Amino acid sequence: MSRPIYYRTVFDIPKEELLAPGHGLCGGCIAGTIIKLLLKVAGPNTIVVNATGCVEVSTTTFPYTSWRVPYIHVAFENAAAVASGIEAAIKILQKKNIIDPSRKINIIAIGGDGATADIGFQALSGMLERGHRVMYLLYDNEAYMNTGIQRSGTTPLLAWTTTTPVGKVLKGKVQMKKPVSEIVAAHRIPYVATANPAYFLDMMNKFKRSLNVDGPSFIHVIQPCTTGWRFDPRIGIKVARLATETAMWINWELDNGEFRVTVTVPKRKHVKHYIRIQGRFNHLTDDDIEALQKYIDKEVDRVNKLVGKEVIGPVVE
Amino acid sequence: MSSKRLLGWKSLPLGGSIVEPGNSSQRPTGDWRVFKPVINQEKCIRCLLCWIYCPEPSIHIIDRPYKTSTGREWKFSVEVDYNFCKGCGICVEECPVKAIDFIEEVK
Amino acid sequence: MESELWKRMPLNSNYAAAYGAKDSDVDVVAAYPITPQTPVVEKIAEFIANGELDAEMIHVESEHSAMSACIGAAATGARTFTATSAQGLELMHELLHIASGLRLPIVMSIASRALSAPLSIWGDYSDVINVRDTSWIILMTSTAQEVYDSIIQAYKIAENPDVLLPVIVAYDGFMMSHTYEPVYVASNPEIFRDYIPKKISWTTLNVEKPITMGAVANPDWYYEFKYQQVVAMKKSYEIVKDAAKEFGKRYGRFYDTIETYNYGNNKIGILTYGGLFGTVMEAIDRMNKQGMQIAGIKLRLFRPFPSQDIKRILEDLKVLIVIDRAISYGAPIEGSVAMELSALTYRESLDIPIYSYIASIGQRTTTEEDIMGIVKDAINLFERGKRVTESIYWGVRQ
Repeated sequence: MSRPIYYRTVFDIPKEELLAPGHGLCGGCIAGTIIKLLLKVAGPNTIVVNATGCVEVSTTTFPYTSWRVPYIHVAFENAAAVASGIEAAIKILQKKNIIDPSRKINIIAIGGDGATADIGFQALSGMLERGHRVMYLLYDNEAYMNTGIQRSGTTPLLAWTTTTPVGKVLKGKVQMKKPVSEIVAAHRIPYVATANPAYFLDMMNKFKRSLNVDGPSFIHVIQPCTTGWRFDPRIGIKVARLATETAMWINWELDNGEFRVTVTVPKRKHVKHYIRIQGRFNHLTDDDIEALQKYIDKEVDRVNKLVGKEVIGPVVE
Repeated sequence: MSSKRLLGWKSLPLGGSIVEPGNSSQRPTGDWRVFKPVINQEKCIRCLLCWIYCPEPSIHIIDRPYKTSTGREWKFSVEVDYNFCKGCGICVEECPVKAIDFIEEVK
Repeated sequence: MESELWKRMPLNSNYAAAYGAKDSDVDVVAAYPITPQTPVVEKIAEFIANGELDAEMIHVESEHSAMSACIGAAATGARTFTATSAQGLELMHELLHIASGLRLPIVMSIASRALSAPLSIWGDYSDVINVRDTSWIILMTSTAQEVYDSIIQAYKIAENPDVLLPVIVAYDGFMMSHTYEPVYVASNPEIFRDYIPKKISWTTLNVEKPITMGAVANPDWYYEFKYQQVVAMKKSYEIVKDAAKEFGKRYGRFYDTIETYNYGNNKIGILTYGGLFGTVMEAIDRMNKQGMQIAGIKLRLFRPFPSQDIKRILEDLKVLIVIDRAISYGAPIEGSVAMELSALTYRESLDIPIYSYIASIGQRTTTEEDIMGIVKDAINLFERGKRVTESIYWGVRQ
């Protein structure tokens, strides 16, 4: 079955800006890029539910808001539950003709990795199980960035954070990154995908697909964080691109049971290119990097087998 | 904060709601900058990548035709909104033809 | 009262709550089952499955998500209902503040239950008393009929544009939630349509007029938003009374912020709340036969505290006995309502001794004999000139 492509070139992308500048996101925060592009896909008939986090705090400090669509923030761990309530309300109010029933309203829950993979996991799982027609966007900057870079479940192995500092005895995070999107996929919802802002057409096509499925959808986007990952803000997109080029971040989708890797990487880069430009990995030894490379190689094999062909190639440089 | 007198409970919307959409555009962030991106209209190929990646967004597609010195005609141009540009440099880095200069702003 | 307007049905307070929600034409129900409230959730599911109630029911995975979903639904303009008890109420605690802070007219019924630990499924008011600072309007009911009627009134109060605060309707876990009483239920709930019209009287998430709800308010702003709630809570006092008055005029059953029994020239009053008031009334009848004239006072409205109405009663009394059904550990008076009444007497310069008793904790049986014992104990202390400085824990084994 061929997959629908909504945006083929940059010129297909809607011009209307539904995210206003003047927000307090760090200079070079890729979350701004991701949200901006998401809203372009979603359009004005969208209600956004946002969990507490970098995006929420930076874009809605009274009396200023950067949102040009209806927006609600309730708490840290319940974006999915609030979105469920909104979805049910719209359903019944349209049925009772209190709201215009002909209007299709997108409901998007936006949460960071803290709000989604950790404290908000229960609410997310409940929403997925109940089958609400809600799109969930997880912008993953791999730590609790808003409160000052503490580790989260999605912080990668060995990464420095303030709660997994590099000391004499322990050096960075001890556990692996929690495979959130795989757990979401196990809920068998109509559409799950991972995306990368450096591959924005792929990402925006996935946003569009998410909004078109009849049921819950989940997009997990990598969001390099200049402040928390420790790199010069200007290379934000470059870091994101390297994540996919080294297969640290594989862009896949599970569309009604069909699994695809949507960004193929015929010639892979050695993971050292990704690791060495981020300050949070400064303490990694060459042995650490080789161990990481071996782990990635295993993952790549597994994915290639799942797809049935070599979508991610060998390390070339 | 400006010296404008802050509203009292009688005039504020209930519950901390903000009723003017997108009014953060009244709060310029241009003074965050140290370096300033300057788009060289001659070199710019209007690929729109800078417009895509800008996180604010503070890069706009404007309805201004431009004719380069080599005779190439563009129907529109791309410009930085310096009221909001935080000087992150992503546009400078991502421009495929290196048409954006990153200049230290001397105040 | 039986007529074509009303059906007389045997209902427990749980079912009365469910009927109250149904006849209020709620749009969204998001609730999680917990003993002793479970039948509320089950009954509502049954109504929806039979097409008797046109609503969306969200079978949330926890009480925290229940209140979250209610907030989302109410923010979209739906008439929203939920129900819980004890641990569930505690789990959604942060959201209680958020619901009232966002000024959403959610109505919640609570089958009052003792708080863990140790685990107790049995009824007392520790859960309800514990949430008195959450800026929810709190009604404490004593009969299943009152539960049904109060839920309908709750929407009238909550959706009033001068209020826009969520409302709790509480009743005793097990002693009321599971015992059957005759309740007059509307034969056709349309009779409530004019009383609580389906009108979105609050600001909502609307794609035509996009607003941002739940913003961050720094120290320059937070205070004023909280003061708005103070004002709304103050205004709600009269609105609670008006809602009850109008309900009485339309439907023939009258309620007020407090109810009195055997109130007249007697100087000794006994005040309590919830279903225990029924036992108090029975005890008063018995003491009447013994020649003692005791006035019974039932506190119906707890938040906002019905100071004006209580003050009038206190001015007439010589002694007030308060039976509290929750413990405020370490407080100057550990019976919370007794403490609030003490503050009231101080504020109004009333010199009336208040005897604070704690009873029915964890549904410890409290009979008419216990009430009579409490009254006699208090009178004894009063006649010996003893002012009690601490709450008396009635019946606790040493």
